[in-house]
Amino acid sequence: MHSICSQATAVPRSNFAFDSHAPALPTSKPINLRFCGLRKEAFGFSGLTHSCSSRVRFTSRGHSKRISASAENNGTPPKSFDYDLIIIGAGVGGHGAALHAVEKGLKTAIIEGDVVGGTCVNRGCVPSKALLAVSGKMRELQSEHHMKALGLQVSAAGYDRQGVADHANNLASKIRSNLTNSMKALGVDILTGFGTVVGPQKVKYGKVGFPDNIVTAKDIIIATGSVPFVPKGIEVDGKTVITSDHALKLESVPDWIAIVGSGYIGLEFSDVYTALGSEVTFIEALDQLMPGFDPEIGKLAQRVLINPRKIDYHTGVFATKITPAKDGKPVTIELIDAKTKEPKDTLEVDAALIATGRAPFTNGLGLENINVETQRGFVPVDERMRVIDANGNLVPHLYCIGDANGKMMLAHAASAQGISVVEQVTGRDHVLNHLSIPAACFTHPEISMVGLTEPQAREKAEKEGFEVSVAKTSFKANTKALAENEGEGIAKLIYRPDNGEILGVHIFGLHAADLIHEASNAIALGTRIQDIKFAVHAHPTLSEVLDELFKSAKVKATALSHVPVSEPVAV
Amino acid sequence: MASPFLSNSTISFSSSLKSSTLPRLFPSVSFSSIRFKPTPRRILTVRSKIREIFMPALSSTMTEGKIVSWVKSEGDVLSKGESVVVVESDKADMDVETFYDGILAAIVVGEGETAPVGAAIGILAETEDEIAEAKAKAASNSGASAPSAPPPPPAPAAGSTPAPPNSTPAYAAPIASEGLRKTVATPYAKKLAKQHKVDTESVVGTGPYGRITPEDIEAAAGILPSKTNVGPVVVVEVKPAAPTKATSDSSAPSSIPPPVPGSTVVPFTTMQTAVSKNMVESISVPTFRVGYPVTTDALDALYEKVKPKGVTMTALLAKAAAMALVQHPVVNASCKDGKSFSYNSNINIAIAVAINGGLITPVLQDADKLDLYLLSQKWKELVEKARAKQLQPQEYNSGTFTLSNLGMFGVDKFDAILPPGQGAIMAVGASKPTVVADADGFFSLKNKMLVNVTADHRIIYGADLAAFLQTFSKIVENPGSLTL
Repeated sequence: MHSICSQATAVPRSNFAFDSHAPALPTSKPINLRFCGLRKEAFGFSGLTHSCSSRVRFTSRGHSKRISASAENNGTPPKSFDYDLIIIGAGVGGHGAALHAVEKGLKTAIIEGDVVGGTCVNRGCVPSKALLAVSGKMRELQSEHHMKALGLQVSAAGYDRQGVADHANNLASKIRSNLTNSMKALGVDILTGFGTVVGPQKVKYGKVGFPDNIVTAKDIIIATGSVPFVPKGIEVDGKTVITSDHALKLESVPDWIAIVGSGYIGLEFSDVYTALGSEVTFIEALDQLMPGFDPEIGKLAQRVLINPRKIDYHTGVFATKITPAKDGKPVTIELIDAKTKEPKDTLEVDAALIATGRAPFTNGLGLENINVETQRGFVPVDERMRVIDANGNLVPHLYCIGDANGKMMLAHAASAQGISVVEQVTGRDHVLNHLSIPAACFTHPEISMVGLTEPQAREKAEKEGFEVSVAKTSFKANTKALAENEGEGIAKLIYRPDNGEILGVHIFGLHAADLIHEASNAIALGTRIQDIKFAVHAHPTLSEVLDELFKSAKVKATALSHVPVSEPVAV
Repeated sequence: MASPFLSNSTISFSSSLKSSTLPRLFPSVSFSSIRFKPTPRRILTVRSKIREIFMPALSSTMTEGKIVSWVKSEGDVLSKGESVVVVESDKADMDVETFYDGILAAIVVGEGETAPVGAAIGILAETEDEIAEAKAKAASNSGASAPSAPPPPPAPAAGSTPAPPNSTPAYAAPIASEGLRKTVATPYAKKLAKQHKVDTESVVGTGPYGRITPEDIEAAAGILPSKTNVGPVVVVEVKPAAPTKATSDSSAPSSIPPPVPGSTVVPFTTMQTAVSKNMVESISVPTFRVGYPVTTDALDALYEKVKPKGVTMTALLAKAAAMALVQHPVVNASCKDGKSFSYNSNINIAIAVAINGGLITPVLQDADKLDLYLLSQKWKELVEKARAKQLQPQEYNSGTFTLSNLGMFGVDKFDAILPPGQGAIMAVGASKPTVVADADGFFSLKNKMLVNVTADHRIIYGADLAAFLQTFSKIVENPGSLTL
């Protein structure tokens, strides 16, 4: 599995989150088309100077013509195909697609060579949330100041490493069986083995040492996901030099661990390890920690998540060589300056966690059989997840979703892409608005975001000639946050004062990951600030942080003539 | 809102804020226009070209600020409106801009340090010619006008630090003799060192691989190890981290008797913690003791002869023990896992020394191979280093056999505790004139010294120890070979 790592290049996960929209632009003619096919009455739109709704409707019709090839066959029962839809890879993306396909009446099969659930459930988001739940509780119990302020007395908190590890493992098994059962209950065929595309609409699968089975399907979705990326020169032994795959098993809690990469994965693990008593050294190639985050949020996060903790960091350096501990020697890490390439330092630590991003797992998929060339391992796709071959043409009936296409390496993005594909193959055109997909980092407190960062928004504004405003609210003023004695945090809204469009929302504070959805839904549905500010929030709740945020935005009077989305209903 | 300008007569420079970086808590109007307006004064014509950069008041409640980072470094040319420094107030980080063009001549308050509002944190020169003058000013400033801007962290004075960071072999493990190593300190140790102004170079690490741990810094800074539950976590699979164990013990309050009223509790220094840990660890080893009287007349005579050449009694005894160990390698061995003998290729004699309320065992390496004079010289160096707390880890934790001598106090016989990781320790009493009867019934007066060896019975048996002591006794009674 690691063999493909050497071919791929490291790209921090967070980069995808925001670059992802760019590749979609050249292929869709109206430059900034953003709509959500699920709710046609609520088109969101960030157009230039054209009038709004008519243009969107027009272009959406244009798109359905372009995909007519795949839509034609819909409704007629497959004559010669085994399935309507085959999904290669039963991770969160494949699972989401399978469930939606069944709902749409498609005969669906899913091929999995490893365990159902993929990275997220087995080696990613799910077990890490179990560890982070533990670290959050440890943090509370360890904070004498915090406890005292609440009037609580707790004697020294301790933990049992194996117990914590078991909790993470049990959670993964439970979610895995839930996922498996939900697919079985709906009648999705789970085929075991590695899937390979052997030709158009044809897939073979099988285990090593067994004869291959060939199945055909009208449409095929590749959803093979990714594996941890390990840069050259780093020797992973699984004990003292580890990736997230090993770290989630929590086989040891080193006294001192270096974390290479300060993106989501690195940051979350720093939260876990420091709560369990380790000291942490970050190694970041860019000049600043947390490069993917909005700079202001990153700065605040650093003040809260890094500076007061037992963490130090080296920025602007590459780890060129990491040697595991052996023969009575500690783990050694050789650092060079990221710009000058001069040797800078050698670190000696007890363990190193490689969190430099993830590499697509696309080797052995048989893409050469259909003339598709991967780019740094990623499968090239258009904005509808249709696979593009080496000549730049669309491959009919073949789609790729999730980490394997690299658009946005998040589990829920993969699932959304899968649903989007199913919508298309069942005759409804659909383009996913990636800017409406939220992302979260489950540190204590959490960080979440949707849409553009402030620099991205300002760059776009300059290019397209509109104005950008920023509104901020603090958790310090929120009753619920103060009741929890967790007033640290801010929410930040980036918007257009001329029409009230939400460009991005960033939250750092208690339960930020749960709070972001009001903003991401607003972006997905095209709700404007002048409308959402009238929505009522229960008091006292953390959601009032966002309520206050929307209310504090200053939308120009000209935009306010807009009629609210729904008519008032008398009760 | 006190103006920072009142305090110093040479001011004509101050700082402003970018309104865009202001948190919403502060209305952005108040700063640049009102408080930070430069107030040039006519009388300052001569020196006005050298300007001080002050710690600005970034909020009404701010009394001091911390320098997060200097955006510019010394010698950089600044133009009006550029960010120079990032200051952390009680509320937020803010960029501070210059109101003047010029050259940043000197940084008075470095990154990570704090200064009261109004104190000079940097010096701005208008032209290159004035840099030297500005620097001189900075030097005088750092002493006088910026009280909380600390001078470079002083090396801890020998007398004032209560805890010598050296330690008895807390980690007998793998400190290979690699010569000089660079100082390695853990992230939290570095943070503490900065906070308490401890120079990490002056601290000897007691952590794994000789690294400096937070406990070492706390000991060097003379503060109590943080005993709150913020500190070391009670990890069930405890690795050799002494304070962690201490915490877990104290979490079972029933086992600790209530303190006698009026008693004072003085926490262990790092060295004392290490001693305590080693002593407790030694309980797990099954030891036994064998005593032996040794006649020292010949040795005493030899000592008188070689004393003018700088040879000490300690060196003589160490040499004698080492030569005896050559013939009895099992006494120089150790039992690491309870299943096997670990024979040491070198004979390294550790010698217990009481220093500043602590106990340390400098090691004479290869004591069997070095001659008496070299050994004596080496010992002198080690003792000096131990006093100055400059022993390298391999100089105090590489012993394979320990010698403890209380003879100079008149002690005739005592019992030593076997240090973990070694097979045997020899306790030497005073040499005293004793009446002895020989085989023919003639009485005579001989100087006799009682030695008592404690050994690990898993690997060293009674006969082994007896044979070793016999050899040792013969060497001491015929000490000619010691000078060879």
